[in-house]
Parts: sequence; C-alpha cells; structure tokens
Amino acid sequence: MSNTVHDMGGMHGFGPVVAEAHEPPFHEAWEGRVLAMQRAMGYTRLWTIDGGRASIESLPPVTYLAASYYEKWFLGLEKRCVAHGLVGEDEIAAGRALRPGVRLNRKLTAEDVPLTTMRDDFARPAVAPARFRPGDQVRTRNLNPLTHTRLPRYARDKRGVVEAVRGCHVFPDSAATGAGDDPQWLYTVVFSARELWGEAADPTLKVSIEAFEPYLTAA
Amino acid sequence: MAADAHHTHAHAPGSGHGPEHGSELSEMQLRVRALESILTEKGYVDPAALDGIVEACETKIGPHNGARIVARAWADPDFKRRLLEDATAAANALGFVSPVGAHLTAVENTPQTHHMVVCTLCSCYPWEVLGLPPVWYKSAPYRSRAVIDPKGVLAEFGVRLPPETAIRVWDSTAETRFLVVPMRPSGTDGWSEEQLARLVTRDSMVGTGLAKSPAEIRPEARR
Repeated sequence: MSNTVHDMGGMHGFGPVVAEAHEPPFHEAWEGRVLAMQRAMGYTRLWTIDGGRASIESLPPVTYLAASYYEKWFLGLEKRCVAHGLVGEDEIAAGRALRPGVRLNRKLTAEDVPLTTMRDDFARPAVAPARFRPGDQVRTRNLNPLTHTRLPRYARDKRGVVEAVRGCHVFPDSAATGAGDDPQWLYTVVFSARELWGEAADPTLKVSIEAFEPYLTAA
Repeated sequence: MAADAHHTHAHAPGSGHGPEHGSELSEMQLRVRALESILTEKGYVDPAALDGIVEACETKIGPHNGARIVARAWADPDFKRRLLEDATAAANALGFVSPVGAHLTAVENTPQTHHMVVCTLCSCYPWEVLGLPPVWYKSAPYRSRAVIDPKGVLAEFGVRLPPETAIRVWDSTAETRFLVVPMRPSGTDGWSEEQLARLVTRDSMVGTGLAKSPAEIRPEARR
C-alpha cells in the first residue's frame, strides 16, 4: 500500500524534533538482534529491501505510529518469515522450531560480515537509454498504487527539473510485489517549494526526490 | 532541545522503552529471542554472524568515518573534487574499516546553499559513514517537517542561517545516499586532518547542524 501513514512528508501535527544527546547505537540489546536478523535474512535474497519496506508500510496505521523503530522492523520481519513459508505461525506461538527449515540459496556467515557492505548494490544494467537528461523539465505522475511505491505523495503531479541521472536501478514498485528487478533509470528531480507547497512557501527552498523513470513524464 | 529521545517516538501499548516499563520491555526481549532461536534452529541465521553485525554497528560504522572524509575534503582540494564527483569511490579509497556501499553522493554546503537530508518514507541514511540513524532522524516530526519547514526544524537544532542562504532538502527516496560536507569553520588554517575531524559532528553531515567552531571544542583537542 502506498498511501499509508509511512509517507509523512508535509504532514502536520507530530510536534517538534527532539534529539537525544549522546544517543547509543541501540537503546536495548534486542534492537541490535532485530537489526542483525533483518540484515542476515535480507542476505538470503528471499525478498528485496522493498519487500521488507512494504511489509512495514502495511502494518496497521495505529501500530505503525505507536511502535518504536525496531519494533516495526521486528513485526515486519516476523510477518515476512511467515509469509515466505520459512517459519510457521505455530512456531512463533511455541517460541521454538517445530520442524526443519527450508533450503536457502545464501546464508550469511560471520566471515562474510566484514566483507559485505551494510547496503546491497541495487544498480542493474540498463535495458534502454535514459529518457531524460539533466536540465529537462518533467512532471511527476499522479500515481496512487495499492502496492509499494517510492514516489511520495507530496511530490506527485508536480513540475520539477532533472538535476542528475543516477544510473539504472532495481525498480521498487515491481520488486516489492515479486515481479522481479524490472530495472529503471533513476534521476534526482528538484522542485521549488512553491510548486510543492503553494505560494506561501519559502521562495529560496528547493526539495529533491530520487525519482524512477516510470514516475516521470516530459513537461 | 530536550535531551531525552525516549519521548521522541510514541510506544505501542505493551511495548515500552526504558526502566519504567520493565515488565513490558521483557515481553519484546522474549519475542525477539524466540524469533532468533527459531531462525537459528531452522538453519537460516548464524548467531555468530548476528554478533558480528551488532559489533560492526556499535564499533566500526559511525560518524567518525564521515568526519574523516569531511576533514580530508577540507584539507585536500583534489580529494574534495573527487568526493563531490563520486563519493563511494573517494571514500573507499581512504580504506575504511567498513566498505562504503554504492551510490553515495556528497553535497557541499556553501554560503549560498545549505543542504539537509531526510527520508520521508522510512529511514534511508548513509550507515557506513554516519552509523545508524539517530531516533530523531527516523521520527515522524523530522520526516514530516524536513521537506515543508526545514527552517523551523533547523531552529529546533539551534541553527539559524543567514537570510541569503537558500535551503536544499534531499529526500532519500531510493538507494542513493547523501553526505553533507559542512562549511569549514574559520580560524582553522593550518590544522591537521585529525584536528579538523574533531569539528565535524554527525548533525553537520546530515545538514541539521554546522561544524563546530574552534572555540566549541576543548583546548587540548585544538592542538
């Protein structure tokens, strides 16, 4: 789902930004285990990063807003493990494995950890030339899919300018639904704050998004 | 700013943070431990690999890496040029303890333009060079307001920019990542990279802060 509470840009009412001095990497030990499990299970390539995001975005809105960051990760991970048939609901309820696991293509070992980057590389070979160049005027599409997208609501149906071509990447909207990589060109597209937020906006402010080619039309 | 992030995100009933929710906290601990047992028993994860990931997050990745990159950029114009062209390649050439992933872009603050980075949709952040994102970066207030009211957000961080400085906000909506190169503070001519790195804060590399001035760090650190 795309039009859910995770898409927060421009929303009002959440109050001030409050920073914690000398914040530790994890506030509780279990948060580190959740992050590590998330990364280790991501390494199996049973789902993509966007499949992971989609499972968190589709949490009930009240849960999404009320849960802490790593609680959301945990809930999304648990849901994904069950959805992919890796773990049974009965095993979650029992708190232990009740049958052997399915075979995985890849498993992260302790030796792999220092050699792998914290993030995967999502660049893919281009299947077609890039449609836009830096300086091109574009308009974002007015998309409201029921599935995952990375085009934020505040930047839909807006006029912007292509600032940079970032290469060809896995297309999240396809990858999240299991439709494969479907590589698409990625651009940095800049908007004036007045285009996004209206005439009262700061005339000096510009906001950019990273926009995949299917999000854009020539303007 | 209040100094307690335990209040920056609301909590689901029965999922508290902090000592005042001791019994509820153990519920979360138990659920996480149970899932780790299941994934381990089924052969999906190696607990030693999980230990290694946690250790890397706590010790290897962090803003000290980004600070070294910025300090080098301040000290070495040729490095700065390469950094602004291809930050992944430039950062990896420095040989950090944790490899820097693809598509890192460095953007330079100037008197004309102040850059600020957000992920309105989730929490995208350049982990390898800045560490794990702080709670405020992942919080609803920051994600909602950074793109519509960055000046208001900056004011909450104690940052007031000159009126002639334009603001540019980068919403990290894909797998590209952004590192802000803050302006080099005055009074630092002839400083070594090690000295300069002490002026580079995490927030200054996200764009919610400025680099420290020499007067803001302890006298022994200036030497």
